[in-house]
Amino acid sequence: MTARTAGLGALALAAFVLLAFVPRLGNAYYLALAISLLQYTVLATAWGMFSGPTRYVSLATTAFFGVGAYTVAVLGEILPWPLVLLIAAALGAILAAIVGLSTLRLSGVYFVIFTFGLTELIRQLVVWFEVNKSRVLGRYVFVDITQADIYWQLLALTAAVFLLGWLIARSRLGFALRVIGEDETVAKHCGINTTFAKVALFTISATVMTLVGAIMAPRWTYIEPSIAFNSMISFQVLIMALLGGAHRLWGPVLGAVPLTLLFELLSARFPNTFTIILGCIFLLIVYMLPRGVAGLFEKLAAAPGGKTTQRVAA
Amino acid sequence: MTTFLTRRTALLVAAACAATLGLAAVAQAQTSIKIGYAISRTGPNTGGAAVTTIPNYELWVKEVNAAGGIKLGDKRVPIEVVQYDDRSNAEEAVRALERLINQDKVDFILPPWGTGLNLAVGPTLNREGYPHLAATAVTDRAPELAKRWPNSFWMLGTSADAAKTLVELLSKLRDEKKIGDTVAMVSIADGFGIDLSSAARPALTNAKFKLAYDKSYPIGTQDLAPIVNEIKALNPDVFIAFSYPPDTLALTEQSRITGFNPKIFYTGVGTAFPLYRQKFGKNTEGVMGIGGWSGDSPAIKDYLARHKASAANGAEPDRWASAVTYASLQMLQQAIERVGKIDRAAVIKDLQTGSFDTVIGKVKLENNMPTRYWWVGQWQDGEFYGIAPAGNEGARTAIVPKPAWVAP
Repeated sequence: MTARTAGLGALALAAFVLLAFVPRLGNAYYLALAISLLQYTVLATAWGMFSGPTRYVSLATTAFFGVGAYTVAVLGEILPWPLVLLIAAALGAILAAIVGLSTLRLSGVYFVIFTFGLTELIRQLVVWFEVNKSRVLGRYVFVDITQADIYWQLLALTAAVFLLGWLIARSRLGFALRVIGEDETVAKHCGINTTFAKVALFTISATVMTLVGAIMAPRWTYIEPSIAFNSMISFQVLIMALLGGAHRLWGPVLGAVPLTLLFELLSARFPNTFTIILGCIFLLIVYMLPRGVAGLFEKLAAAPGGKTTQRVAA
Repeated sequence: MTTFLTRRTALLVAAACAATLGLAAVAQAQTSIKIGYAISRTGPNTGGAAVTTIPNYELWVKEVNAAGGIKLGDKRVPIEVVQYDDRSNAEEAVRALERLINQDKVDFILPPWGTGLNLAVGPTLNREGYPHLAATAVTDRAPELAKRWPNSFWMLGTSADAAKTLVELLSKLRDEKKIGDTVAMVSIADGFGIDLSSAARPALTNAKFKLAYDKSYPIGTQDLAPIVNEIKALNPDVFIAFSYPPDTLALTEQSRITGFNPKIFYTGVGTAFPLYRQKFGKNTEGVMGIGGWSGDSPAIKDYLARHKASAANGAEPDRWASAVTYASLQMLQQAIERVGKIDRAAVIKDLQTGSFDTVIGKVKLENNMPTRYWWVGQWQDGEFYGIAPAGNEGARTAIVPKPAWVAP
C-alpha cells in the first residue's frame, strides 16, 4: 500500500465519519435529500461496477431494486431486520446468477432490451402471484425503522460498495473484466473464463442494488408492484452513471450527486416544466460530455498545463 | 463580513429578524396561511388527480381568497399556496412533503391523490403532526391506520364496506323478485379490483348468489370482447365489474355492441366520471357504478355549478370522490376557524370531535372516519345519483331492470 492510497483511504474514512453525523442536523428535509443522494450513489456505482468495464448496458436496476423492496414487504413484519436484509441479498444474488448465466451471452442492444424486459417480467410475475395466490395487491410495511436508520444503512452500504469496487479493480477478476470490455474474443483466447467473470460481477452488482431496494422500502409504508418496479429508476441510474463516467469506480458519484441535486432543484422551482427542462439537460450532457464528468477531469488533467497526474490504467 | 456590515445594516437586519419572529410568535399578526401540496401532474396518477383533486383544491383556494381568506380570530387571512409535482412516485411524494414542511414551512398540507400515495405520506404527516385528510384513498386498513396515525382521516371508507353494500342491495332486489341469483363478476388485477372482488366473493356466496363467472384481467388489457362474449353466453342477471376508467369504458362499449344487457349492469371506477356520460349519452341510463352523490340536494347542485364555472373548460366534478375532497377542505377550513389560530394539534382534535357543514351534508367523524358513504350510484336521466346504502339522505330508488341499450 503506497502512501498515496493510504492517504486517500484516510480521507475517505474521514469523509464517511463526517457524513455519519448528517442525521444530527435535525432537519428532515436535508436528511431526505441525503438519503436520496446515497441511494443513487450506491445504485449508480453498483451499475458502473458491472457495466463500466464490460460495457454491457443494463436496464435491470429496477428489477433488483424491486425484488429487495418486495422482500421487505413480504417478510418485513415477520422476521428480524438483519435477517430480512440477508434474505433480500440472497434472493437478488440468486436471481442475478440465473439471469446472468442465461443472458450474458447476448450482447449489444439485445442485452439492453432483455434487461429492460426482465423488470417487466418480474413485475408481472409478482402481480400474477399476488392476484391469484395471496389475493392482495399492495402490501403494508410497518417496521420500526427511522429515517436516520435508513440513512446509516445506506452510508454503510456506500462504504462497502467502494471498498468492494476498489478490491475488485485490483484483483484478477477486475483485470479479466477490463479485457472483456476491450475485446471479448481476445479475452477468451487469453484463457479467461469470460462467462464466470461476467456472471460473478453481475451478481455482485445486482446484490447491492437489491439491498438498496430493501433498505429504502420502509420509507414508503405501502408497496405495490408499480411502486417497487418503477422503471424510471433504471433510466435515472443509467443517466447518472453515464454523466459521471462509468469507466471509473468514482465516476458514477460525479453523476449521481449533481443529477439528484438537479432533480431536486428542478422539482422545487419548476414543478410544471420539470420534464421539459430535464430533457434539454440530458441532450446537453450527451453532446457535451460523451465520456462523462470523469472523462472531463481526465482531459483537463492530461491537457498541457494540467500538471502531473498518475494515470491509473482505466 | 464585518467590513460591509455597518452598524446601520446590522440594526436593520436585527429589526427584520425581530419582526419575522414576532410574526411567527403572534398568530393574530399572521398575514397569510401557507398551504402546501404535492400532486401528480405527471405519471400514471395524472388522470385521477386532474379530475378529482386539482380542480377542487383550486376551486377552494379561489373561493376562500375571494371571501378574504380564512378567519383567524377576528380577521381574515388569505391562503398562499406552495405546490409541487410528485410525479406519481411515492419517494418523490415523501420528499416533496418534507420540503414543504421543513423548507417552505407551510401551515397545512393537502394530501396527494390515490391510495398508494396517501399511505406513503402517512408516516411523515403523522411524525410532523399535520392533519391528513385522505379523500381519495380506499383501503381496508383505514380503521387500523386511523388508530396508528390519529392525525389521519379516511374519508372514502373501506373496500370491504363497498362490496358489502353492493351485495346488500342485490339481496334486497332479489327479495323483491326484481332479479334472479346468477352473478358474473370480473375484476382488474390491481389493488382496487383485487380488494373489492375478494370482499365481494364471500359476501355473494353467503347471500346465496350463484357466481357463474369470476375472473380477473391484467391492467392495460385492450380487448375485453372475449370476456363480454363469454359472460353474455352465461346470461347472468347481474354483471359486476370492479374496473378502472379505461376498462370501465371498454366494457360498457363492448356490452352495448354485443347487446349484453343484464338486469343489473355495474362497473367500477370511472362510471361516476362526467366523461362516462359524454361518451355514452342516453345509454348511461340505469348503469350502476361505485360512488354516487345526493344529486337532488341544493348544496350539491350549487357545488356542481361553482365547479363548472371555476374549472378549465367548464369541466364537471366526478360523482364520487370530488365532492368528498371538497367537503374535506371545508372541514379543514371550519376546524381552523374554530381553533382561531395556527395550532395543528388543536385542529386535528377539532376534526376528530367536531361536526361540519359541507356540500355532502353534515359530517361528524367517528374514529377518524365518516359514518356515511355512497357506495352504489346509478345514472338516472343524465345524473349519477347515490342509491345505496338506502338509509343515506337523498338516496334514490334503483331502476331495475336496466333499460335496453339504444343506438347512439
